Amino acid sequence: MSEEFKDLHVDGTDYRTTLNRKFDMRVPRPKLKDPRIIHAFIPGLIKEVYVKEGEEIYRGDKLLVLEAMKMENQILSAVDGIVKKIHVETGKVVVKNELLIELE
Amino acid sequence: MVLREKVFEFFKKKETVLGGGGAKAVEKQISMGKLTARDRITKLVDTGSFHEYDMFVEHKCQDFGMSGKQLPGDGVITGTGTISGHPVCLYAQDFTVAGGSLGYMHAKKITKIMDHAMKLGVPIIGINDSGGARIQEGVNSLAGYGEIFYRNTLASGVIPQISVILGPCAGGAVYSPALTDFVFVVQNTSKMFITGPEVIKTVLGEEISMEELGGAKIHTEVTGNAHFFAESEEECFSQIKKLFTYIPWNNRKKADPFSPKPPKLQYDIEKIIPESPKLPYDIREVIKAVADDSDFFEIHERWAANLVVGFARIRGETVGIVANQPLVLAGVLDVDSSDKAARFIRFCDAFSIPLITLVDLPGYLPGIDQEYAGVIRHGAKVLYSYSEASVPKITVILRKAYGGGYIAMCSRHLGADFVFAWPTAEIAVMGPEGAANIIFKKEIESSKDPNETRKAKVKEYTDKFANPYIAAANGYVDAIIPPRETRDALIHAISVSAQKVDERPMKKHGIPPF
Repeated sequence: MSEEFKDLHVDGTDYRTTLNRKFDMRVPRPKLKDPRIIHAFIPGLIKEVYVKEGEEIYRGDKLLVLEAMKMENQILSAVDGIVKKIHVETGKVVVKNELLIELE
Repeated sequence: MVLREKVFEFFKKKETVLGGGGAKAVEKQISMGKLTARDRITKLVDTGSFHEYDMFVEHKCQDFGMSGKQLPGDGVITGTGTISGHPVCLYAQDFTVAGGSLGYMHAKKITKIMDHAMKLGVPIIGINDSGGARIQEGVNSLAGYGEIFYRNTLASGVIPQISVILGPCAGGAVYSPALTDFVFVVQNTSKMFITGPEVIKTVLGEEISMEELGGAKIHTEVTGNAHFFAESEEECFSQIKKLFTYIPWNNRKKADPFSPKPPKLQYDIEKIIPESPKLPYDIREVIKAVADDSDFFEIHERWAANLVVGFARIRGETVGIVANQPLVLAGVLDVDSSDKAARFIRFCDAFSIPLITLVDLPGYLPGIDQEYAGVIRHGAKVLYSYSEASVPKITVILRKAYGGGYIAMCSRHLGADFVFAWPTAEIAVMGPEGAANIIFKKEIESSKDPNETRKAKVKEYTDKFANPYIAAANGYVDAIIPPRETRDALIHAISVSAQKVDERPMKKHGIPPF
């Protein structure tokens, strides 16, 4: 246990105490994802790209197929919009969180 | 002559089994800093007390080159022995035999000794050191795991179940320890995870070592999956032996009484608590000031340290202690400490161990991460387990008992049999600062000197509410006692509640907020 004392604020009062490892490891507020910026949620292989840049798309349209762990994952659009930029092509191997497509 | 030959033949067969996976494999086991399965059992039980069962069990697998392959004892040693004279059933997986892999007959040996433990009403100890399922045996190996989990569940709350992780324990194998009451791990030896570093690297592209992912420190500090951390196997075995002195063999018995001993003189209960309720102290000092021989056996010492749980004795009888720890995170309740408390309370209740709760907390840990992690659901487990517990419940409020935290920490309202408060107790909806800021908001804001007014109002609130007398006037506190009388009050409460009967409505089982 670390013996470094700090203040912890609870209901209007600062209490002198120590903080533990897990408290230090807290993740700050998780950010909501922008549905127009599409990242690879898992590393894998781009099996197919269904759209072209500049193309108008609607919510639920297929954008591409990301194959990972023997599963073909259909990536659909969550919004209506226009394909702004495609960062991958068929056959490309992508890592986790790699930028795939931007919509606007 | 025939008899001699047959006996000789038997000894030869026995010697082969005793050799485990052979000299080379044993050497490798030792070079990894591990004891052999047989040595582990020998060191854990009383000298000469171990009786082995099913030594000649063999696997039945015919596939993938397994037919004709001899696996001594099928990779697990099972039997009975005694620890400090108390009978126990135990099994130890033998990593030198096919990596301790679990095949169907291996599992059969384990389930047989578990069934035995249930019938005899004695604790079961499982020493885990296994590479996982024996893949050659396919679904039969999975069947084996499932049958162990089923028995772990049936045995839960009937006999104490102890898991010792002395090697890898990965994938499905982790769920037997997870279902048991106490899990022991050893630095650099124990490894527990569902998906290992290889899979994580393939799927997520992230590199992590086994030790960082599921080593002894991680499970005793971060996940809480393990209860006891040791530097060596020997230290681990002495922890197990000590645990056995506090717990009963089964749920129909009480733990053995010991001869009463006074607390050590060095723990002066009136000198532990600082003057300001905002300053920390180590609650374990208070526990040692009231426990026999100042002996406190802490569980989950490294995990959720803002709440302390463990066993002690009061005038020779085992008690379970749950206490807020102002030294860490001001002693708040949060997701982890709620889980820790709830699990321990249920163990004590199942095994007839009276509960003593020491209260000093400012409330719940504020934070988005806590809310998102479900502090509502986890916090509810504390309310559930305290309310459900029918063993004697004794509460001592030392300082702060604010808001929901006051209710949760075994208040009268959750069925405490005795609630004592020290004169320093502050039983209120929240701390004076927070309360004054809300109640006198307008007055403070509209005054000439808001800071001075706030101070005055905080003092007004403190004088009026930050004490135990309002709760005592309502009968929520039974007695206000000076700290020096705490041990006597506990002794009295435990002795008069020895025959406590607390009938509950008939039901199949409750539905705790898991």
